[in-house]
Amino acid sequence: MTVRDALNSALDEEMEKDDRVYILGEEVAQYDGAYKVTRGLWKKYGDKRVIDTPITEMGFAGIAVGSAMAGLRPVCEFMTFNFAMQAIDQVINSAAKTFYMSAGRVNVPIVFRGPNGAAAGVAAQHSQCFAAWYAHCPGLKVVSPYNSEDCKGLLKAAIRDPDPVVFLENELLYGVQYEMSDEALSKDFVLPIGKAHIARPGEHITLVAHSRAVEICLEAANELAGKGIEAEVINLRSIRPLDMDTINASIVKTNHLVTVEQGWPTCGVGAEILSRVMESETFYHLDQPAIRITGVDTPMPYTKSLEIAALPQPSDVIATVKKLLKAQ
Amino acid sequence: MLPACARSISKKAANLKALGFLSTAKNNYATEVTYYLKPFRLHKLEQGPAQKTTLTKEDAINYYRQMHTIRRMETTAGNLYKEKIIRGFCHLYSGQEAVAVGIKAALRPYDAIITAYRAHGWTYLMGVDYLGVLAELTGRQSGCARGKGGSMHMYCENFYGGNGIVGAQVPLGVGVAFAQKYQGTDGVCVTLYGDGAANQGQVFEVYNMAKLWNLPCIFVCENNGYGMGTSADRASANTNYYTRGDYVSGIWVDGMDVLTVREAARYAVNHCASGKGPILLETATYRYSGHSMSDPGTSYRTRDEIQEVRQTRDPITSFKEKITSANLVTPEELKKMEAEIRGVVDEATKKAKADSEISMEELTADIYSNNLEGTIRNTTPFNPLEHSRIGQAVNQ
Repeated sequence: MTVRDALNSALDEEMEKDDRVYILGEEVAQYDGAYKVTRGLWKKYGDKRVIDTPITEMGFAGIAVGSAMAGLRPVCEFMTFNFAMQAIDQVINSAAKTFYMSAGRVNVPIVFRGPNGAAAGVAAQHSQCFAAWYAHCPGLKVVSPYNSEDCKGLLKAAIRDPDPVVFLENELLYGVQYEMSDEALSKDFVLPIGKAHIARPGEHITLVAHSRAVEICLEAANELAGKGIEAEVINLRSIRPLDMDTINASIVKTNHLVTVEQGWPTCGVGAEILSRVMESETFYHLDQPAIRITGVDTPMPYTKSLEIAALPQPSDVIATVKKLLKAQ
Repeated sequence: MLPACARSISKKAANLKALGFLSTAKNNYATEVTYYLKPFRLHKLEQGPAQKTTLTKEDAINYYRQMHTIRRMETTAGNLYKEKIIRGFCHLYSGQEAVAVGIKAALRPYDAIITAYRAHGWTYLMGVDYLGVLAELTGRQSGCARGKGGSMHMYCENFYGGNGIVGAQVPLGVGVAFAQKYQGTDGVCVTLYGDGAANQGQVFEVYNMAKLWNLPCIFVCENNGYGMGTSADRASANTNYYTRGDYVSGIWVDGMDVLTVREAARYAVNHCASGKGPILLETATYRYSGHSMSDPGTSYRTRDEIQEVRQTRDPITSFKEKITSANLVTPEELKKMEAEIRGVVDEATKKAKADSEISMEELTADIYSNNLEGTIRNTTPFNPLEHSRIGQAVNQ
């Protein structure tokens, strides 16, 4: 099943289950979604529950938040998270903080979702990872799924969650097919927010990644396996909460840590993980310094060759692992 | 000219009992009186609110009590701020009382309100008691948000705050109206903002969607003449705020007359509840204090201007004159009521000052309604804090 279809079935199942759930965003209804994630839902649920908005992010994000305060369960689609910058005040100041400010009275059950991170050939304004931005803010939950199972199970969990969830998809993964277990095909399939998944077990080094970077790690791990290095790949799934238990347990086993992400290095997801390891007992289990592999610290160029160089590749992971393990 | 004229008519009518609608109780006191209202200006409406209204003695007492209570509480808040007991921000509503009281009088119990940071009066009107408001201002545990929200963030049933980001509450209010329509009620959401916020882009974004989707939102632009220190005409190319919804019908309302506001609000509630979509009321009003407590409010306007409004347009004084001259209420009754209000506000103030702050454990309470973080990081990693749940989340 493609990531797109997995997201679509999660939306469909949750809309069927709870009539407070509705979708709004640009082109979500008659156009079937800019990336076709909401395909068919308007036909099935009609104008009341699948709503095309004008191009007006701050306005419709605010409306969605207000409706969540007043009893609904909106799924607010941003055509991409780049455009959500127009609405970030409503995400942070209105959605994330109101529950605390109201001393636990006005909770805001809303999902902000859409594609995040680097796409292909779309230049600087349309290629950026916002995981670290949102994960910075208490009051939000931030999910960054990788494959179809992740997308289905986590989107359903996000819609059911009573708090605001930022759900970061990846445009380049929408059309990719991933296997779905029988369990994942069930309408009751939900993955817990805040729990990482060991995508590949290994003993020699821990690779921690989210979203498309998980794929990069798996590719690198396959190649490393041919050289006798067994890398453990952790798919974070959730950026906030961050599942440090899984990461720490893996480091205790492998004694080496590399984080991999497509976002920028400064104050990034990897930076946070390394800090937390540094502050904990796990630090003593490291045989080598922990390393971040990130996007290059630059806006994204349109130039094809430079765009490739701006993002971490499996070769970066392989080189880093070999360096840490002093392997040839 | 017109307002003065309208006032003299109503006074005369009351004095002469000429219109024959007075049911007279014993000792010549009226039980209800009909008043002519201040004129409205209409935008994209063929017919506006009624130009006269009937006021019962009970309502007269009620509105006076509410307006006077707000004034009294705001005076107290100003003093508490000067005593440095209220910290941070404190935006007083004195001068604007007729807007809130007039609107509240037109609402049904299931209608909703959202406003900006000048929220103390609304919080009280929507059902939080004196101590709940005053202790929130002093940041103590009896505050309606347990002292965690402060002056700009108070909430209760159907009252969505208390919002500190200028203009951001307007999309939220449209969202509340969206939910009301979605849920199939005929409830409305009154969404208040000032003449300053009226220039925020997001306000225009949601005029558009509210009209497109026919949402039961009553936009209320409280035009008190100044966005902080910038007068309306220095900030807005069009200061006819009631027309700035373009395709959204609008009414200009004298916001210093509680009965005029009530009639406009009744009209607006009926407009929204009958499925005609949003409507915009501009209430012309005035704030006596500065924008917030740090603003003496005199560099961008004159003391004479403030004095003149106090003497000629004050919403409480003018209402008092109106209801006493019509013999609806005696000055003695009002005096007694004022003393009572002073007593209860003073009593609540005493409690709000003596009340304790919430315990240290609540620093990390209610960050999430379903916490998945485990413990919450402290200032250092050595002694993490427990997350706890205290409040009753309303949308589970």
